[in-house]
Amino acid sequence: MAKKESSFKNMVITLLVVTVLASSALAYINELTKGPIEEAKLKAKLEAIGKVVPEFNNNPSEEMYTIQSDLGELECYPAKQSDKLVGTAISTLTKLGFSGTIRIMVGISPEGKIINSVVLEHSETPGLGSKMTQAKFKDQFKNLDPAKEELKVTKDGGVIDAITASTITSRAYCDAVQRAYNAYRKGGLK
Amino acid sequence: MNQWQNFSKGFFKENGVFVLLLGMCPTLGVTSSAINGLGMGLATTFVLVMSNVVISLIKNLVPDKVRIPVFIVVIASFVTIVQMTMEAFVPALFKALGVFIPLIVVNCIILGRAEAFASKNNVLSSLLDGLGIGLGFAMALTMLGSIREILGNGSLFNFKFVPEDASTMLVFVLSPGAFIVLGYLIALVNRIRKVS
Repeated sequence: MAKKESSFKNMVITLLVVTVLASSALAYINELTKGPIEEAKLKAKLEAIGKVVPEFNNNPSEEMYTIQSDLGELECYPAKQSDKLVGTAISTLTKLGFSGTIRIMVGISPEGKIINSVVLEHSETPGLGSKMTQAKFKDQFKNLDPAKEELKVTKDGGVIDAITASTITSRAYCDAVQRAYNAYRKGGLK
Repeated sequence: MNQWQNFSKGFFKENGVFVLLLGMCPTLGVTSSAINGLGMGLATTFVLVMSNVVISLIKNLVPDKVRIPVFIVVIASFVTIVQMTMEAFVPALFKALGVFIPLIVVNCIILGRAEAFASKNNVLSSLLDGLGIGLGFAMALTMLGSIREILGNGSLFNFKFVPEDASTMLVFVLSPGAFIVLGYLIALVNRIRKVS
């Protein structure tokens, strides 16, 4: 087949046909993957919730409500075992990280103690700040009562041992947990 | 050139990373671990094969003056397909590769192969060329990622073989380490090429 001539008509038609075909193919794939993407996101969320609160048998994402904080609304997921509140998972964030926003899921018990926390999203330096996802650092927050103990690194007079060479990240983590706790105290108690 | 050569040249003789030095941005950016390198390499391979095939099929229907925009639309469509599929089925890897997935569009290996090979050859040759160059790219990225992960994190494919708190050579996981390892690998490949 001979090469098509680069006339104005040919060029317009070719581009039109190619873009229409490409966009319809993408629309089709988008339809196909929409469901699984939603599911994957929901699953990741439920997994994070499951890690930070005790066993529950309701659907926390259906009962989600939001509370106010200084950085906008935080999502709260109440976890209930046979209709009794066993803990609330709060999706919190901080802008104090070394690079970019850090998002953390914090579980707070009905008595106001921290049950556990897990990092949802961060872009801290690999090998340094990223160590906050490891048990050695984040397990320090387990069972802390922010009303009694200061959620700060030891350098600032708190109870948290900072990660070596990553004090900024450690402070940011404390900040995020504190934000969740403050917001929960103010508006989350139900 | 026979078909076997179309396929095999991508691994060594015309390896996109080590010899042609194309696609450096994802090469340096995502290879902080072996699994990231492999994931990126395979995603790129898929896009490269599909775009090569499509472009070699439509090469005579596209007027010369608009061929680059048409190639880019084809490539961008496949990249978006990869992106959506990965987000749906391997969300963890998708998260790790982050912005580099949409950036496959501007990976010059892909447009380079479309322009230099697929727009001049038939479908079968283009498919083999895409597969060879793509897998060569994946191999290079996996090598780079493995070396950086072993030295910088003491693990390979997330399998840790040093104690949790052992100190490793962190610099290799960070950006400067990517340049250092890539430099040594290129030097090594050049040395081998000279001998053979």
